[in-house]
Amino acid sequence: MKTSKGVNDRKRTFLLITIPVLVLFFVFNTLPLIQGFIYSFTNFKGYGSYDWVGLRNYQDLFTDARVGKSYLFTFKYALVCTILTNVISLILALGLNSKIKGKSALRGIYFIPNVLGGLVVGYIFSFFFTYILPAVGQSLGIEALSSSWLSSTSKAWLAIVVVGCWQSIAMNTIIYISGLQTVPEDVYEAGSIDGVSGWKKFWSLTFPLIIPFFSINMVLCMKNFLMVFDQIMAMTKGGPSQSTESISFLIYNNGMSGGQFGFQSANAVLFFVVIVAISVFQLTVTGKKEEQL
Amino acid sequence: MKHSSNKQTRTVNWPVTILLIIGCLTIFFPLYMAVIIAFKQPSEMTNDIAGALAFPAKWSLDNFAEAMRVTDFWHSLGNSLLITLITVLLAVVIHSLAGYAIGRSMKGSKFYNFAYLYIVSGMFVPFAILMMPLVKETAILGIDNRVGVILLYTVFFMPMNVMLYKGYLTNIPIALEEAARVDGATTWKTYWSIVFPIMKPMHATVAVLTAMSTWNDVMTPLVIMSGKGGTTLPLAQLNFQTQFGTNYNLAFASYLLALLPILLFYIVCQKQILNGVVNGAVK
Repeated sequence: MKTSKGVNDRKRTFLLITIPVLVLFFVFNTLPLIQGFIYSFTNFKGYGSYDWVGLRNYQDLFTDARVGKSYLFTFKYALVCTILTNVISLILALGLNSKIKGKSALRGIYFIPNVLGGLVVGYIFSFFFTYILPAVGQSLGIEALSSSWLSSTSKAWLAIVVVGCWQSIAMNTIIYISGLQTVPEDVYEAGSIDGVSGWKKFWSLTFPLIIPFFSINMVLCMKNFLMVFDQIMAMTKGGPSQSTESISFLIYNNGMSGGQFGFQSANAVLFFVVIVAISVFQLTVTGKKEEQL
Repeated sequence: MKHSSNKQTRTVNWPVTILLIIGCLTIFFPLYMAVIIAFKQPSEMTNDIAGALAFPAKWSLDNFAEAMRVTDFWHSLGNSLLITLITVLLAVVIHSLAGYAIGRSMKGSKFYNFAYLYIVSGMFVPFAILMMPLVKETAILGIDNRVGVILLYTVFFMPMNVMLYKGYLTNIPIALEEAARVDGATTWKTYWSIVFPIMKPMHATVAVLTAMSTWNDVMTPLVIMSGKGGTTLPLAQLNFQTQFGTNYNLAFASYLLALLPILLFYIVCQKQILNGVVNGAVK
């Protein structure tokens, strides 16, 4: 029975591939996840002995001013960046998809920020915000620009917004362009016969057709911005006076070297739950919208 | 576009073209600034705008040579290249095999459906929660070095890549494999001679996405390898901040050296990279 031997060989091979992969995944993803969860119920400092403290870390999370501040900053940052990035990307994509000269060169140029590493880009912009922008502000007599944004508790986050958007716009634009290319030409032709034009054409004809791409971008953006780390590390290290401390940065900083291994593990568990909740929420909302169409 | 009719190819939209070209300044300005500062001497850095943005008195590569020496450039470049290349290789081999084995077995199998969901759900796990336990785990296993970092990347990129491969395979008819089986070829052999080559477009996408994320990642090598003398190109920039001090010229030369490899890679493989990124996100 050649066929059944073949079927058995197929089943066995698949199992021999899948089992080691699952083991690998378990050891370096699920196991540390479980350990992190266990540590979150202890007062472990990262070294030495520790005790079980039950749910105290979780209670403390909600009263800890620094943790609250970092959530507030991270959400404010992610929300502003997501909106700005998507608006600018969409406009850029519309431009780059219209009848322009040097289309592929321009598309290539606008994608450059995405291939560069966040840390080094952060350093470059850090110089710009520390020296160039204040010099420009002083010579033009603009009060808001004449001192470094990075040393101001109220403006440092804006500098990180600029860098975050500068890099993500590249990626989102490319996705929107590929979305715009799926819009069939006859949709426009039908539109122009009905006398629809400009802004109205975009909202009533183009945008509904690229909603799947819009939802991809929203989910990608929100998740990436919520996990912001490199730019913070390069530009402010959470300062001035902890005004730009993102959740990831706080967990790294206080968990790894601040003796709060247990407490920050609880913070990380909370962060994980928040990320899952937001992703599920976004996916169901955009999923429903797509069904309606 | 290839198939646009005559009606569409009529006029170039000049206002938009010009606006877009002006917009390129926002991309080039930070890079221009970096290049100019990297070529200058500290004495040329006056406190006005010209001090930072005017051309240097002479174009000398001294800063670059010095930066290479101070940051041990070739060592970190070697590490970055090694880690990225092996990670990409492992991703293409292991993730495609996993995507194939799981994707082809999911029909009517609870086990494989679970395996797929289990792996893909890993996409939502932020590194922040794994970070601290992983530092302990890799230290205990004696892989708090390049090996550990490569293994971790292979696991971190697994959800995304397995999903991409599985999605690609659903559009490939199973008939070819069945024909090979009837001819007596083993599944293993069929995979390498028929299935693996068919997935070439997806290999390109996976390779590009994995390579860019690996190359630019700071956090994983930072927590796993730092303090052990191991460093990657981006990590070296972080580690040498204190040594750069206020010598921005040296620092910027070093930053440029760190950006150059990926920029060159982008210029050479621009088409594949753009295609890869779009395929990865849209599928």
